[in-house]
Parts: sequence; structure tokens; C-alpha cells
Amino acid sequence: MKTDIILAGVGGQGILTIAAVIGEAAVRRQLFLKQAEVHGMSQRGGDVQSNLRLSDKPIFSDLISRGKADLVIALEPMEALRYAGWLKPGGFVVTSVTPFINIPDYPEEAVLMQTLKALPNAHLLDVDAVAKELGSSRVSNMVMLGAASPYLGIDDAALEEGIIHLFGRKGAAIVDMNLKALAAGKALVNHT
Amino acid sequence: MNNSLLLGDEAIAQAALDAGLSGVYAYPGTPSTEITEYIQASPTAKQRGVHSRWSTNEKTAMEAALGMAFAGKRAMVCMKHVGVNVAADAFMNAAVTGVVGGLVFVAADDPSMHSSQNEQDSRYYGQFALIPIFEPSNQQEAYDMVFDAFDLSEALGTPVMLRITTRLAHSRAGVTRRAERKENDLRFSTNPSQFVLLPANARKQYNALLAKQTLFQEASAKATSNKYTPGADRSKGFLAAGIAYNYLMEHFPNGCPHPVLKIGQYPLPIEAVKTLAADCDELVVLEEGYPLIEEALTGLLDSRWVIRGRIDGLLPRTGELNPDHVGVALGFPAVTEVEVPEQVRMRPPSLCTGCGHRDVFEALQVVYKEKADECRIFGDIGCYTLGYLPPFRAMHACVDMGASITMAKGAADAGLKYPVAVIGDSTFTHSGMTSLLDAINDRSCITVIISDNETTGMTGGQQSAGTGKLEAICQGLGVEPDHLHVLVPLKKNFDQMVDLLRREMAYDGVSVIIPRRECIQTLSRKKRS
Repeated sequence: MKTDIILAGVGGQGILTIAAVIGEAAVRRQLFLKQAEVHGMSQRGGDVQSNLRLSDKPIFSDLISRGKADLVIALEPMEALRYAGWLKPGGFVVTSVTPFINIPDYPEEAVLMQTLKALPNAHLLDVDAVAKELGSSRVSNMVMLGAASPYLGIDDAALEEGIIHLFGRKGAAIVDMNLKALAAGKALVNHT
Repeated sequence: MNNSLLLGDEAIAQAALDAGLSGVYAYPGTPSTEITEYIQASPTAKQRGVHSRWSTNEKTAMEAALGMAFAGKRAMVCMKHVGVNVAADAFMNAAVTGVVGGLVFVAADDPSMHSSQNEQDSRYYGQFALIPIFEPSNQQEAYDMVFDAFDLSEALGTPVMLRITTRLAHSRAGVTRRAERKENDLRFSTNPSQFVLLPANARKQYNALLAKQTLFQEASAKATSNKYTPGADRSKGFLAAGIAYNYLMEHFPNGCPHPVLKIGQYPLPIEAVKTLAADCDELVVLEEGYPLIEEALTGLLDSRWVIRGRIDGLLPRTGELNPDHVGVALGFPAVTEVEVPEQVRMRPPSLCTGCGHRDVFEALQVVYKEKADECRIFGDIGCYTLGYLPPFRAMHACVDMGASITMAKGAADAGLKYPVAVIGDSTFTHSGMTSLLDAINDRSCITVIISDNETTGMTGGQQSAGTGKLEAICQGLGVEPDHLHVLVPLKKNFDQMVDLLRREMAYDGVSVIIPRRECIQTLSRKKRS
């Protein structure tokens, strides 16, 4: 088993939390994992990405080779497109449809969506709406993780344990909300 | 023992604690910051009383760490590559004094300049100081090397360097821990002249350092991180240092068919290099940073050997390596550049919405436009360097910590009428205070803006050494009370700030304006907790 994932978004959106949950889940299933992330200047509203590699055999490189990624998980549609080219043939994109517009020349939304829809294996999801329905816009990233979960090569129970471990000290209500978000995300993909 | 998921930085911090650390000393700097932060957050460190408060700059950090090693205890000092320049005086001389307790100097390099102004290679500093250098290839090796580094440091009485790069510092992987070692007891050198670098003593110490070189070489020969693996295909052989080793092995999941010498400890293990060279006529060097090994080989081997790497263009001369570059060097077909659709725009970092630096630049922009021909703005290192980018476009220089004030002063000396320096509070106490004293002693006609967000913002909001003390520091250095102003950078004070800037820029002497408002990131974190 080997899954190479690129997580993409804008600084502050919570891609590192997605990575942290997958990481905890991977440790629980005794998988090897390498996860390279971005800190420092680029975090200030710039585009951020993380390379996350999972395998049942030792992993050498922290970075994924071009054209070798199995999955792109994006919390922002333009950022999904930035990394779609890193996918191997047959690789999947799972992205939020909500644009994060903090630049003056952001592309026209309709055209952007068209390009994303034209990709061979893309799930375009309104994770923010699902999160809001659940009662907390802050769990969008866990909805996204749920939506991407069928492609990770890790079982749901491990992801749930990861969430419990990561959010445990914030209290039962927060854990519960994030678990619900994970389930809602998964349902979202199964229905599209 | 348990397997925890750690960043390279965190693995180093955990290893230092497990290896009996008594104090970490550092100034925040990407990609080194998380080492010290991990120790600050560690309950074990707290319970043991391990020192972990931030230092004012890298030089004070280095000196304090040397003081702890002088007293027989284990100390770690951490900084980003450009911080090594600041610490260099203490660092070079610590190699001459040697140490009693173990001293591990962590230099975190940033090839590709993800968050830095250059990509200098700290291994040259280690080589320059004539001390051993450790360079881990992964998080587990980083953890294990810290133990070896402390042991070697104490066994041979020398500071040692642990060199990492961004990719290892900020990448997570599973790490297995070892049993905790007790901290050292207080112990001093039996040689009363060891730490007194008067010329007569320094000559002895320097000779002692030179005499240790053979021991360093022996340590490299024995190091498990320097590993020679023979290979059947001798058309070429590889020397792969640190994480570059991973990019080689990534292409050969079932083992590399060529002979490979993995490098994890310097000085270079000369015998192993010669063994590899005896097997192959062509040597390919894979190393992160400058071509240090590649250059060394041209001295070690004669012209019969073809040496390939970053100098001859087989690999890019700049930037960090990746599996794709290395694949090309191995002769695999090049993967074409990923085509990014035209719709995808650049999304550069920007100052946060609501940040006080924004208000400062909005006002400064107005005054600058009024005097554009006679005004230049000298920036410094921090979030506010983003004042260079649109929409502000209000910065003409940014070079090194503290340079804003001294460059403004030099430009004033040259005849520039309105030099303005913009510096953050943490950068000011790091390296700006001496600059300001120069300007005051010369009565330079400059306006200094200390944009005070009461934190070290760029690196994530660490404590800033001058918080609550800036006016007193400025007055103590000799800023005239009439030309020292504090205001709150908010929209409602925009006119006040513009007027103040106009007035003080016209003043024939040093003015200091301190716009003060807490960083909105640290503020919102406080509110959440």
C-alpha cells in the first residue's frame, strides 16, 4: 500500500490539521509516513501545500515526484488546480468549491469551475455549506477529510481515533463535531 | 519504545531532552524555531528546569550556550543559517576554547529561500571552525545523531554542528525514542587557560584544535551514518549527503545498483571516499546547499576522475534538491514541467487584515509620495518586509537584521534628505540598538519607525525581548524626548501618523516613532485560549 497526497490551500485554512489527523491514523495502523509542511513567511495569506506520503514500506523522499501523486486534497479551488498537474494518470482531486479571494487578479469563478469539472477524476464539494449545516464553519477541513477518506488507504476507524487523539483536550463537544464532519464528508462523496 | 510522529525539529528537541540537555538557547528563525518551542512546551523540560527562554539574538544565544558548556552541562544552540553570521564571532572562538559539557550547535539552512534572504550553506562554517558536522538524512537519524553529537562533543572537548535543511526541519515522520540520560553535574575545566583567549593561550588552544583533527577524522571513519554500499554497476558511484540520500534511494526501491557512499558526518571520511573512487571513474555528488563535497573531491582525487554535481551543471546550482532533479542526474527521462493552467495566479504572502503594520505603511506611503525624489525607505527582516509588495510598494532595501537603521544612516551621510528606517520591535532589540546609537552619536538626519507588535511575528509569535522597554531603551541611547513618539496604528489615527511623519522627517536629527499595537495573530490566539 502506498498513497502520495498533496494537500493544498491558503495559509490559515487548516490543511495542516487534515495532515495531522491522517498522520495520527497512519501511526495507529503502523504505516510509514512522511509529511513535509510549510512554515514561516509563506503562511501569511499565501498559498500553502503539504506533501503527505503513506506506505506499508519505508519511505525515502519527503517530497513527491512530479506526476506521481495519487490524490490532491484542496481547501480552495484555484489551489486545487495549481497542483492537479502533479497527479499520476487516474489520480483524484477532492476540492472545496469556495474561493478564497485575497488577490486582485483571482480568475473568474465560472471559468475556474469549468476547468476543474473537466478534470478526469474530480470531486468539487461545497464543504463549507456542510460544515455550516452541522453548526460550525470551523470543521470544513474535517468534512474535506471525510470526502477524501475513500482514497487514503486508511480505514475510517483509524481516522476517527486520530480525531479523538488530536481534539481530545478541547472537550467532547469539539471531538463530536469533528467526527460528525468526517462522516458528513464521506456521505457527500458517496452521493456524487 | 513508543513511536511518535515528530517534525525533524521536534525530533532534535526530544533527543536533546532525552540526552540530558540542561539548556537550549536560540533566537526564532525559520526553519529552526520549532526546536526551542518544543522544549518550551515540554512538561519534562519544565519539571527538570531546562533553560529554554528565547535569547535576544543568535550571538547572545551562542555565548550563553558556551557558558553552560563551560560549566560542564549539556547545551544546545539553534538558529537559522543567516543567524550563524550573527553568532559567528562566538561560534568561531568556541571552537578554539573547546568545551567541558557537550555543546551542539544546530544550523538550519533554507535552500530555495522559502523564508530567507539567502541560501548560504552552514557546513562551510563548520569546516571553517574546524569542528565535526553531523548531517541527518531523516527524522530518526536526526534523533539518534543528537546523542552521538553530545557524546562526541564531550569525549573530544569540542563544540559540534548539527546541520539540517528546511525539508527535514519541517517534515514529520515516526521516531522511536531511547531511554533518558541524566543531566550532567556542574564541572569545570582543569586547565585555567582554556577559556582565556589571550594570544599566548589562544595559540595553544588553536594547536590543540588542529591536533584534534585526526580524532575527528577517526570519528567520521567509524560513524554509522557514513555508510559505503558497494554496487555491481560501477559505471558511476554516488556520494549522497543528508537528505539528498533519500532522493537517490527513492528511485531504487529495491536497492541502488551503483556503489553509494552515504555521508552523515564530517570531516569527510577520506578512506571511504577513496574506496568509492577506486571502484568508479565517475562520481556523482548529491548534496543539499553549496557544492562543498564536490569541491573537496577535486582536491582529494586527481584529474582521472570525472566529478559531477552542482558545479558542472548535472544538478541545479541553486535551490533545494528534489526527486525529479536527482532522477535526471541518474539518467531517468526528465519529467516535464507540470503545466499550471493560465487561470492559476500567484498568491504571494501578505500582511494580515487588521495588522498594525498595514496602518504604518498606509501612512508612510502618503508621505513617501510627497517626497519621492528625496526619500528612501529602508526596511528590515520581519512580516513588515511585505511592505515592499503592492499595494504599499513602500520599501527600497531589506538586507539583514538591523540594517534598516544603519543603512538609512549611511544614506543620510551620503546626502539623502529623507531616509526612513522601518524595523520591528524584536529585530530592533536583536540588532538595531547599536545601529541607533551610531545614528545618535553622528546626529544623523533619519526617521526610525519601530513598528511594535509586541512579539516576534513572522516566526509565529514568540516573546520579544524589548516588550515594554522600547522607550526606555531609546531614551537611554540618547534619542531626544521631543523626538520620541508612541502612537496606536489604527485607521482613526491615520492623519495623526501622517502629520507626525511629515514633521519628524523634516527634523535635522534622529527621530523615533513607535506605532504600537499587538499582533492580531497573538491577540486572537489569546482570545481563543
